[in-house]
Amino acid sequence: MAKYLLLKHYRGAPSPVNDVSMDRWTPEEVSAHMQFMDDFATRLQADGEFVDGQALAPTGAWVRHDGEGRPPVVDGPFAETKDLIAGWMVIDVDTWERAVELAGELSAAPGAGGRPIHEWLEVRPFYGVPATITE
Amino acid sequence: MIDDVRALVPQVIGVLVRRGADFAMAEDAVQEALVEALRVWPVDPPREPRAWLVTVAWRRFLDATRSDVARRRREEAVAEQEPEPGPVPGTDDTLQLYALCAHPSLSPSAAVALTLRAVGGLTTRQIAAAYLVPEATMAQRISRAKRTVAGVRLDRPGDVGVVLRVLYLVFNEGYSGDVDLAAEAIRLTRQLRAAVDHPEVAGLLALMLLHHARRGARTAPDGSLMPLAQQDRSRWDRDLVTEGTGILQAALARDGLGEYQAQAAVAALHADAPTAEETDWVQVVEWYDELLRLTAGSPVVALNRAVAVGEADGPRAGLAALAAVPATVPRWTAVEAYLVEQDGDLPRATELYVQAAARAGNAAERDHLTRQAARLRAG
Repeated sequence: MAKYLLLKHYRGAPSPVNDVSMDRWTPEEVSAHMQFMDDFATRLQADGEFVDGQALAPTGAWVRHDGEGRPPVVDGPFAETKDLIAGWMVIDVDTWERAVELAGELSAAPGAGGRPIHEWLEVRPFYGVPATITE
Repeated sequence: MIDDVRALVPQVIGVLVRRGADFAMAEDAVQEALVEALRVWPVDPPREPRAWLVTVAWRRFLDATRSDVARRRREEAVAEQEPEPGPVPGTDDTLQLYALCAHPSLSPSAAVALTLRAVGGLTTRQIAAAYLVPEATMAQRISRAKRTVAGVRLDRPGDVGVVLRVLYLVFNEGYSGDVDLAAEAIRLTRQLRAAVDHPEVAGLLALMLLHHARRGARTAPDGSLMPLAQQDRSRWDRDLVTEGTGILQAALARDGLGEYQAQAAVAALHADAPTAEETDWVQVVEWYDELLRLTAGSPVVALNRAVAVGEADGPRAGLAALAAVPATVPRWTAVEAYLVEQDGDLPRATELYVQAAARAGNAAERDHLTRQAARLRAG
């Protein structure tokens, strides 16, 4: 009973096996990919393991505080950023092994030529609550 | 009234099952009746809550059976039986129901969810909120769990051990969202103890009460973790300590020692010490030796034992005990940091606290360990 974040990257992950960027896929391949992602989320929900899933636009900016009374500093778009997150799925599963198993399945989403992308996904444990009984 | 209704849920499921409903449908029907009760009772309380629930749940069950064409044959077999008037027979099948919900074929998360709904009488929404998952996900988890145990017969005596493990899990999750899981686990363990005479059921209840007694002292006003040694012991709930200790002593006298009684004995020794310095660490170590035997050398127990050895015989002895524990056990580095600090090697302890913080399993422990490193750096 722990939550894990499965993190997908636009950039920054090691190269996948089927390394063709999405803008070079056929429209059918794009649709098949999206369908796979939807089906995966639906199946996780039916398993009672789904918490959340969201996709992120590649646009945006870095923002930081610039001192009292001054507007925040905005730096963007992300032309220089090496690490760009594309989206995430949050799962609630019994074990780390199960989280890895699911990430492996998600990484098999079809890409160019309808073949699995084998893309690298980041799997990160959430912090849980402190146990009541610790001694 | 609302708390009372929850205590009635397992009994009412039992009534429906004895009248011929299968567990999954009975549980659904009772959940619907429960949701209805939560809506209606505040404005129109029934004279006989249990009879009310049985009537409404039975009606829901019949409706569900009738609407299910594929089950028509079963309907004919079951619906003919009119509910018997008057009081419901009081056969106690509490343990069977607990055991079904904790069945070994279920994953821990499924067993916990099913227990909280069918035994605890919580709604799916409340359970989902407690575990911070969407209601739809929790609903699926529960219906899958019910399908998994569909073939399990309810008339066999259940295994107390698996039930206690699930209750322990619920308690240890503490509380988040709007449901107090620790209090809920205590309620369910009390309910089980009223139905089953078993020293380990008493042992687990004692363990929970003794830990629950410290709840108010476990966190500082700013929400940070307060380690046992620094807790304000005047804030421990003495009534809970007294009750927990009494239950434990009665259980120990029955000569059926188990791991929950042994863990409770450790908690009782802490509860007994007016100050941290007065803790009887030698006895604590003895109980951990016992626990190691009872758990076939559990590494988690061995880690806690190393802390106790450090207090009883000095940090060097503690570190020697720690060396025999696999370093993969959570909190291993945190224990090492503490023992190294006690031993006086502050630079090394600082480094270890930093490493331990990076390996913490929750934010409160991470912050606590980071503060320890900061404290040593500040000198």
